Amino acid sequence: MPLLEVKNLNLSVLTGNDLLPVVRDVSFRVDENQTLGIVGESGCGKSLTSLAIMGLLGGTPISMTSGSIVFSGQELTSLTNKERRSIMGNQIAMIFQEPMTSLNPVYRVGDQIIESLRKHRQMTKTKAKKRAIELLDLVKIPEPENRVESYPHQLSGGQRQRVMIAMALACDPKLLIADEPTTALDVTVQDEVLALIRDLQQRLGTALILISHDLGVIANTCDYVAVMYRGKIVEAAPTADLFSNVNHPYTHGLLNSIPVIDRDIEWLKAIPGRVPTINEKLAGCAFNPRCNIAENICTTCDPEQITLHDDHYVRCHFAKRGTND
Amino acid sequence: MISNSLLEVRNLHTHFTLGGWLDTKQVIRAVNGITFHINRGEVLSLVGESGCGKSTVGRTLTRLENATSGQVIFDGKDVLQMPASEFRILRRDIQMIFQDPYASLNPRLKIVTTLSEPLFCHKLVRSRSDAREKIADILERVGMDRNDMHRYPHEFSGGQRQRIAIARVMILAPRLVIADEAVSALDVSIQAQVLNLIKKLQQENGMALLFISHDLGVVRHISDRVAVMYQGNIVETGTKHQIFDEPNHSYTKLLLGSIPRIPMGIYS
Repeated sequence: MPLLEVKNLNLSVLTGNDLLPVVRDVSFRVDENQTLGIVGESGCGKSLTSLAIMGLLGGTPISMTSGSIVFSGQELTSLTNKERRSIMGNQIAMIFQEPMTSLNPVYRVGDQIIESLRKHRQMTKTKAKKRAIELLDLVKIPEPENRVESYPHQLSGGQRQRVMIAMALACDPKLLIADEPTTALDVTVQDEVLALIRDLQQRLGTALILISHDLGVIANTCDYVAVMYRGKIVEAAPTADLFSNVNHPYTHGLLNSIPVIDRDIEWLKAIPGRVPTINEKLAGCAFNPRCNIAENICTTCDPEQITLHDDHYVRCHFAKRGTND
Repeated sequence: MISNSLLEVRNLHTHFTLGGWLDTKQVIRAVNGITFHINRGEVLSLVGESGCGKSTVGRTLTRLENATSGQVIFDGKDVLQMPASEFRILRRDIQMIFQDPYASLNPRLKIVTTLSEPLFCHKLVRSRSDAREKIADILERVGMDRNDMHRYPHEFSGGQRQRIAIARVMILAPRLVIADEAVSALDVSIQAQVLNLIKKLQQENGMALLFISHDLGVVRHISDRVAVMYQGNIVETGTKHQIFDEPNHSYTKLLLGSIPRIPMGIYS
């Protein structure tokens, strides 16, 4: 049984009288101990998917129109708020992009870690504080006994993100969702934080969903990758298989767009056109206006998901033929 | 060598003072004695992590910040010593592209107005119809439609806005362009387009480019030479190949080692 199974998730945003689809027919599963990377450009729906899992779409104009999210055999979408509260922060925890804005500036970091321990584990204050120090030590913050008394502004960006990770891990979650956890950090700090996430994930056996726009980050952290474009998963495969056997023209284009540091490229093969906005209505495959192998069928008919082999899925009419460059 | 260099920066310091009066004074040495030069038509990248002072260098060169000491020689003239009136004329030759195209274009002005301003400021056109012709021309060169001039910034995507910001710079045909994280706010697929555009315009116009960035992949792609900054100082300067293939300084090595690599070997 998978730990988390998302099936045919559809999310729409209400603008005026229109319901515009922003996440379309997204399905994936995460097993225990597994790391899944979701990669895509801004507006592709990767963050919204994670917010839907966490049940954090309330109060936004975004609603779930259909689909199911099953965690450890339990349907998350039909939970009451009280039931959801007992799972979130406990069995499923989340790390957000901006450690600056996701920590409360007027509370000591220790108190913020303690909160979930007191709520979910009914620990006493002293016991919870001891655990908070252990957690800060676990995420390699020096002098955790002193740091537990610090306010967020007294810590550097990297340390704040470590505190966020400590908070997320407080109740030994089975699933950790990290939404662009290193995007706001410098590369050297990013490297340290990613190494920490990888190390903890392996030692604690937590399943991880890592959301990023950076294929490099995903390639180095995840077992399985899903590439999203305009609300849909266009290609999904085990990491090594994805990079050795790219099938969707968008994945192909993304890889060609990245200037790499170990060799010279005279001109980057950029994907032409621009990322479509959500209120543009597209007929057929959403990528067709930018695709270099698109034919008539692509403008009329949205491709179904095709299984290439084992765990490699792709949504393209010409998947098996591959791209022509 | 000397005659070939367009810009020479000698022992430049830019310090900021925090506090004072009741509070204890604290001096931040954002740029702490750096020396470099850019040759005509050359692309020099300034690379480093946040807070290393790379943006302050760019802002000091264009006199958006006041230098504490040092010399900036542009085409034989000391930029920091000349009176403001003289520098205003020189600004035509030293132009800047900023990171955030949402902030660098005035939302209340049509593109045509934004792009006319530099032309009239520097008296490069005689009439509005002259200006329009130039604007149509430059918009097409940056890959936009000439009719886009009648629209407002909010009607464009981030990548298109950055093209407009580039058009505003290129319309003056400057000799030195300072691009401060010019592609950092863009998605990868769009970033590649804009990078290609900057590189193409740089080569066509033969302008020099000071490319300020934290992204080493982008830096390798665009530069002739690279200067690595750390805590207000340049720790290593070299050609692109020296820096990327035979780095000397331990900080350069650390930076290069931190980049998550895509297993392109398998891919291609």
